[in-house]
Amino acid sequence: MSLLSNSRAPHQHSQRNVAQMMRDVLLATFPVSTILCWTYGWGVLLNILFAASCCWLLEAAALKIRGRRLQPWLTDGSAPLTGVLLALALPPLTPWWLIAIASLFAIVFAKHLYGGLGYNLFNPAMAGYAVLLISFPAYMAWWPELSARSNINDTLHYFLYGTAAADALSGATPLDAIQTGLKQMQTLPELLANGTLETAGNAQWVWINLAAIAGGLFLLMRRTITWQIPAGVILGLALSASIAWIGDAAVNPSPWLQLVSGGTMIGVFFIATDPVSSASSPQGKLIYGAGIGALTYVIRTWGAYPDGFAFAVLLMNLAVPLIDRYTRPKLYGQVQ
Amino acid sequence: MTEFILIIIGTVLVNNLVLTRFLGLCPFVGATTSIESAFGMSAATTFVLTLASALAWMVNTWLLQPFGLEYLRLICFILVIAATVQFTEIFIRSTQPMLHQMLGIFLPLITTNCAVLGVALLITQEQQSFIEAIVYGLGGGLGFALVIILFAALRERLQAADVPLPFRGSAIALVTAGFMALAFMGFAGLAGS
Repeated sequence: MSLLSNSRAPHQHSQRNVAQMMRDVLLATFPVSTILCWTYGWGVLLNILFAASCCWLLEAAALKIRGRRLQPWLTDGSAPLTGVLLALALPPLTPWWLIAIASLFAIVFAKHLYGGLGYNLFNPAMAGYAVLLISFPAYMAWWPELSARSNINDTLHYFLYGTAAADALSGATPLDAIQTGLKQMQTLPELLANGTLETAGNAQWVWINLAAIAGGLFLLMRRTITWQIPAGVILGLALSASIAWIGDAAVNPSPWLQLVSGGTMIGVFFIATDPVSSASSPQGKLIYGAGIGALTYVIRTWGAYPDGFAFAVLLMNLAVPLIDRYTRPKLYGQVQ
Repeated sequence: MTEFILIIIGTVLVNNLVLTRFLGLCPFVGATTSIESAFGMSAATTFVLTLASALAWMVNTWLLQPFGLEYLRLICFILVIAATVQFTEIFIRSTQPMLHQMLGIFLPLITTNCAVLGVALLITQEQQSFIEAIVYGLGGGLGFALVIILFAALRERLQAADVPLPFRGSAIALVTAGFMALAFMGFAGLAGS
């Protein structure tokens, strides 16, 4: 390390700025958005477009009310990115007013009350999503049946009025299926054998997660994100899951299943790595990531919500100032 | 043993005194302007909470219930808590004068911290055994400590933030408390309740 750091001036500017970083992340979400659209239909695209524009308009309104210049914050892509990440967490069919409420909490409450981009303590997208999870649990738990991918008219109808067409079937995500199945005293091998996980789209979710990993690798290659946070989350989740799985494989999902079900990888690469609300030093990032992984496991296994990723991120956001305080890198020449 | 762990998880995470029962908000906002004072405050409150729970349980089970004096519960508990706080204050003043000065008025104000009275009353309501009462008090104190230390660290970071003028100070602190409560909702269902 000492060979690399503290080289003498002149330094070359890396030519990177916020706008470019946001563009990178937006680009990296493209594969996973495509696969989600392909699996669940037009609703996903509708959610993404509506959430992104909602966030962008709210950002403009907030800047206006606060009497700030609109540039560069309106064109740096940070607000639409929040919208896209929020939309990726939502069920494919979500009425528009829920998205508007979540955007309001994400952009105005979680971001602008704290001073806007760079000052927010909490991950805006996850703050908005958590508000919906708590206030509208029924809407958030309603995932359409995979085989009955609805056509664009039904999707629009649900988006506008929040009521499903009469023949719409409700399905479950793999995590829902596991939670319900285990409550009914079924074991995991049984759930796999009788096709419960198959109908819940286990195979499709593996592809969704692989697409998210592809985007994540692109970000790592571009050095938009560092490896510590994703590695920390994956290790934290996989380790906790492994311990339980080795203990009793009948009732504890395997680490692989934990990592590829739900939007885990979307969270790992796009949400946990938010540069503002995460820890800043390399060790701090590892601790932050591992905390998210472990808390996700705890909430998934014992909590009331099937997926705890959003809550885990918010909980670790709470701990970030303390983590930063105790993992502050040593100053050059400091003796202790 | 399992039930004690469940009580601790329940009082620290699921039914946190500050974030889900909204008790003890006064020191939560007042004593969290720096991490050091938050540490001192949380240690003192945890100590008082544990001791007061034990004393309140004893007073309730051995004095009030046998003589049918339950209607005196509130006033007796306040007396017990005031005595405990006085004891703690004398102890801190003589052992750690610096901390005593830093906490200032907030130390005697633990007497009026509704979290302490709240926990004492919750214990008598839920008819627990002596050990359970102590564990409940300790858990409540640890939950309080966890939340105010995290909150103090967050507030130190907020001092550098460009918060809109009408929201500076207590307003943004309470918004943050709201988000903390939101995050802690994730623990719902954890202690089997």
